[in-house]
Amino acid sequence: MGITRQDVEHVAELARLSFNEEELERLTGELNSILGHMEQLRQVSTQGVRPTTHAMELFNVFREDLVLPSMEPEKVMANAPKCSGESFQVPRVIE
Amino acid sequence: MELWELTIWQARELLDQREISSVELTRALLDRISLVEEKVRAFLALAGQQALAQAQEADRRLDSGERTPVLGIPLALKDVLCTADFPTTCGSRILGDFIPPYDATVVGRLRQQGAVFLGKTNMDEFAMGSSTEHSAFGPTRNPWDLERIPGGSSGGSAAAVAAQECLGALGSDTGGSIRQPAACCGIVGMKPTYGRVSRYGLVAFASSLDQIGPMTKDVRDCALLLGAIAGHDPRDSTSVPVPAPDYTSALKGQVKGLRVGYLQEEQGVQGDVLKGVQEALSLLESMGARLVQVSLPHMCYALPSYYLVAPAEASSNLARYDGVKYGFRCGEEGGLLEMYRCSRSKGFGQEVKRRIMLGTYALSAGYYEAYYLKACQVRTLLIEDFRRAFELCDVIVSPTAPTTAFRLGEKLQDPIQMYLSDYFTIPVNLAGLPAMSIPCGLDSNGLPIGLQIVGAHFQEERILQVAYSYEQASGYLGRRPQL
Repeated sequence: MGITRQDVEHVAELARLSFNEEELERLTGELNSILGHMEQLRQVSTQGVRPTTHAMELFNVFREDLVLPSMEPEKVMANAPKCSGESFQVPRVIE
Repeated sequence: MELWELTIWQARELLDQREISSVELTRALLDRISLVEEKVRAFLALAGQQALAQAQEADRRLDSGERTPVLGIPLALKDVLCTADFPTTCGSRILGDFIPPYDATVVGRLRQQGAVFLGKTNMDEFAMGSSTEHSAFGPTRNPWDLERIPGGSSGGSAAAVAAQECLGALGSDTGGSIRQPAACCGIVGMKPTYGRVSRYGLVAFASSLDQIGPMTKDVRDCALLLGAIAGHDPRDSTSVPVPAPDYTSALKGQVKGLRVGYLQEEQGVQGDVLKGVQEALSLLESMGARLVQVSLPHMCYALPSYYLVAPAEASSNLARYDGVKYGFRCGEEGGLLEMYRCSRSKGFGQEVKRRIMLGTYALSAGYYEAYYLKACQVRTLLIEDFRRAFELCDVIVSPTAPTTAFRLGEKLQDPIQMYLSDYFTIPVNLAGLPAMSIPCGLDSNGLPIGLQIVGAHFQEERILQVAYSYEQASGYLGRRPQL
């Protein structure tokens, strides 16, 4: 299952990344070689095997529904590239 | 003996008896840093003034009779751990100006117990790498040979401990990022069981694999520092509500009757490394341990499985870097989508983008079952392999890494060769097991070899028992590079 240059462009769009011509070429080659290495997984018979997404058994963790102090807004906003009061500012989305 | 040469427990005794002050000790380490840091480049940011203030406060607490395992002990923190009001970059340009508004739980615990923080250490960007060369701020060098890599991704922490710029450090380990650099730098490093240590405030890479752990000069220090950070945290729902034991009580110095497993399948391993591991096994046997050959039939599939699971999780976790709430922003003039693309493309480095692409592809429509799901099923088979192996033995011993430290630049252009550095460490993360790397000799170039000891879930004490016994008997204790 080879990955084409078009696949790479499509995945880049999904990941919100942009690449120049040279980078696209390089990535196509690299991803193909890495994914080629993954092909050995096909040798493993996994029919009926339950997938593991977490090595430890996990259960829902509940806590009391209590109101606790939050971080001060000024502290939270301090890292924002652009903000106005308690709002993050982004380029206009709706004209 | 210079103060910077002390281990944590040696310093602990001198501090508790008030023979030295934390301020003296901290000054000695800051002097040591100004002497060797130019060569090693282990730190991304130093906190000299804050450290001295913390040391003063620690002395006050010591004077008033208070005692904790880390009170007044100067430590270093990998720059993946959030530190309130002190920069945390994760080795990335995208977090170049980020100042966390809160402490990671482990940082808060150490702070509360009176530890002194000397600074934040270098790492591969977002902990993705095995050499620390993927840091956006330049590589760290191996104190044993400045032309070689310190390992990664916690290479800064490993080099800082080996160069004796701190008494101990914290690292994080997703596929070997504590153990492999510990091996390369000839120090001790442990990745605890998944859930043993809170991940709250650890910048996420692959959430089902990440774990924070200690990096120290010896096994006793490792037990001490692990005890100081382990335990349940309500703010990390994956942290396990089981109290942490006193890990130092596991340091008994004997392995009689313990069953030590070893693997048959060890291809592609450097000769000196194999020899070092075999000698370690013989020594353990001569001390009364029983050697048992075990097999992990799916171990050879761990690497491909990991390089689907970890990038898939990373591609989701790193979606948060979009130039809105924090981090680097550019491309505003082109609109919102262009701002996302520009901020991420200029903010992330090559390896991080490669892994985001790989993960996004593995999760995308049409490929999910062939790649991600398949990898998760293989993960199940690997976990079953380990479960069967631990019915036959108490710990499994192997090399930590297939080779000793390689040269800077040697594997930079070949991602797969770089990924293979973690061949022995990756299976452990997929299974959520605890594992440790300890020094087991030097190769023919005088570079440290690492021995990995893996235990069953929550068997850190077993691992420490074996590691401590081996360390006491082997004579490798206290070997440090000349700088």
